[in-house]
Amino acid sequence: MTSWLAAHRRACTGTLARLLRAPLASLFNIAVIGTALALPLGFYVILANLQELARDYSPQPQLSVFLAPEATAAEARALGERLKARSGVSASRFVPRAEALETLKSRTGLDDIIAGLPGNPLPDAWVITAAGADAATLDALRGEFQQWPKVAEVHVDSEWARRLDQLLALGRHAVLLLATALAFALVAVTFNTIRLQILTQRDEIEVAKLIGATDGWIRRPFLYFGAITGAAGGGAAWLMIWGVLALFNDRLQPLASLYGLPLRLTHLNGSDSITLLFFAAALGWFGAWLSVRRHLGTYNPS
Amino acid sequence: MSQIALSSVSKRYPGGHQALNGVSLAIEAGEMAFITGPSGAGKSTLLKLIAAIERPSAGSVVVNGQNVGTLRAQGIPFLRRNFGLVFQDHKLLFDRSVFDNVMLPLEITGFDRREGARRARAALDKVGLLHKEKARPITLSGGEQQRLCIARAIVHRPAILLADEPTGNLDAGYAADIGELFRDFNRVGVTVVLATHDMQLAARLQPRLIEIRSGRVHHD
Repeated sequence: MTSWLAAHRRACTGTLARLLRAPLASLFNIAVIGTALALPLGFYVILANLQELARDYSPQPQLSVFLAPEATAAEARALGERLKARSGVSASRFVPRAEALETLKSRTGLDDIIAGLPGNPLPDAWVITAAGADAATLDALRGEFQQWPKVAEVHVDSEWARRLDQLLALGRHAVLLLATALAFALVAVTFNTIRLQILTQRDEIEVAKLIGATDGWIRRPFLYFGAITGAAGGGAAWLMIWGVLALFNDRLQPLASLYGLPLRLTHLNGSDSITLLFFAAALGWFGAWLSVRRHLGTYNPS
Repeated sequence: MSQIALSSVSKRYPGGHQALNGVSLAIEAGEMAFITGPSGAGKSTLLKLIAAIERPSAGSVVVNGQNVGTLRAQGIPFLRRNFGLVFQDHKLLFDRSVFDNVMLPLEITGFDRREGARRARAALDKVGLLHKEKARPITLSGGEQQRLCIARAIVHRPAILLADEPTGNLDAGYAADIGELFRDFNRVGVTVVLATHDMQLAARLQPRLIEIRSGRVHHD
C-alpha cells in the first residue's frame, strides 16, 4: 500500500517536473484547454446571474381567487381563513367588490359606463401570494382552489414565470450543448498531446517494458499529465472569466447607477469552482486514458 | 528442476523465417553458459524467447517453473524482473543522467528511493562508473555505455543475467573487463547466459558452450 502510494506520488511529481521542463509548451496547452472551457463557463455564469436577477426583481407570484356572486361576507371570511391555513400561501389580501369597483373607476376612467350599470358586477376576491414561484406550484394551487366551495374562478398571474422558466431552460440547454462540444475538444486536445508524448518517449517506454514495468506503471504518468493539464486548464478558464467579469462590472457600474439597480455579475461560488476543476481534470484524464489505450495497448517491444 | 528449460522449441517469424527449429536445452541455476554460433543462427532469438520478448511458435520455454509461452500478458513484467538484460545496442535513455538510468529498474519495482540510490551507486561502483553518475550517457565511450547497461541490468539483483553480444563492438581490452564482470556475478550465484561469437572471451572464462547452427543445437 505504501509503495503503491509512493509510486503514485512519484508519477505525480514526475509529471509536474515534466510540465515545468517545457514551460512554454505546457502554458499553450493549458491556454487551449482554458479557452475551450471558458466559453461555456462564461455563458453559464451569465445565465446564473440572470436567474438571480429574475428572482430578485420579478413581482411576487400572485393568484386572484374570485368568489361566487352569492357568497356572503361570512363565507368570504371563512374562505380567507382556509387560504391562510393552506401551506404554500405566504400572504393574502381581501378585496371587497366595492373596493374593486372604485379601483376600476379610478384606473380606467370608465366612470360614465360604470355609473350606467344597474349594480356592481364585480365579485369579492382574495389576492394571495404563493410561496413558490415556479409554474407547476402555481398551477397546483389554482387547481386546488378551483375545487373549493363558493369559488367562481381563480386567475394565475404566472405567464411571466412560465416564459422566464422556458427562456432559462433554453439557455441551460444551449450551455449544455456548448459544454458538450467543448468537453469533446478538451478530450481531443489531451488525446493528441499524449499521443505526441508517447511518440517522443518510445525509447523510454520500450526499455521500461523490457525491464519489467507493468502497463499500469507506464500509463500512470500520462494519466496524471492529462488530469493535471485538464485541472490547470479549468483554473485558467476560471481566471479568464474572473478577469472578464471584473472588466465588465467596471463598465456596468455607471449604467446600473442610472437605473438605481445594484447590478453586478458574480463569479462561480466555491463549490461550483471546485466542481469545475474536478470536471476539467476528469476530462483530461479521460482523454489521456483513451490515448494511452489506443497508443500503448498495441505496442510491444521486440 | 532446471532454472531455464527449453524443450523442442521452434520459432518461425511472420514472413516465414525459421529462426529456431526444435531446440531443447536446460540451464541450471548458477551456471554460466555461452550461446555461440554464426550470425543469424538464432542466438538472439533464443535469448528473446527466454525473456518473453518473443513467444515460441512450438515447444515450451520454462523459467523458474513458469511456462513463458503461455504466460498471461499481465504476468510478463513480473517474469522479466527475474532477469537482468544486457543489450547489444545498450538501450540507454539519453535524456537522463547515468545515475537515473541505473535507478530505472528500481523505480519500476517501487523500491524505496534512498535504499535504491544506495544500490544504484553500488552497481555503478561495481562497473567502475561511479565517478560519472551525473554525466549523460551520450558522453560515455562505447565500453562505458556497455558497462552502464550492465549496471542497470544487475541493480535489482536478478537471478539470471541475459546478455546479447555484450562485447560485440568493443576492443579486446574492454571486452576482457566486461568478461571479468560477468565472472564476478556468476561467482556470487547469478546464472549468466551470453549470446556471443567472441571466442577469446569464451577461452578466458571457460563457460559451458552451446553452439547453435541454423536454428538447431549443433554442439552442447
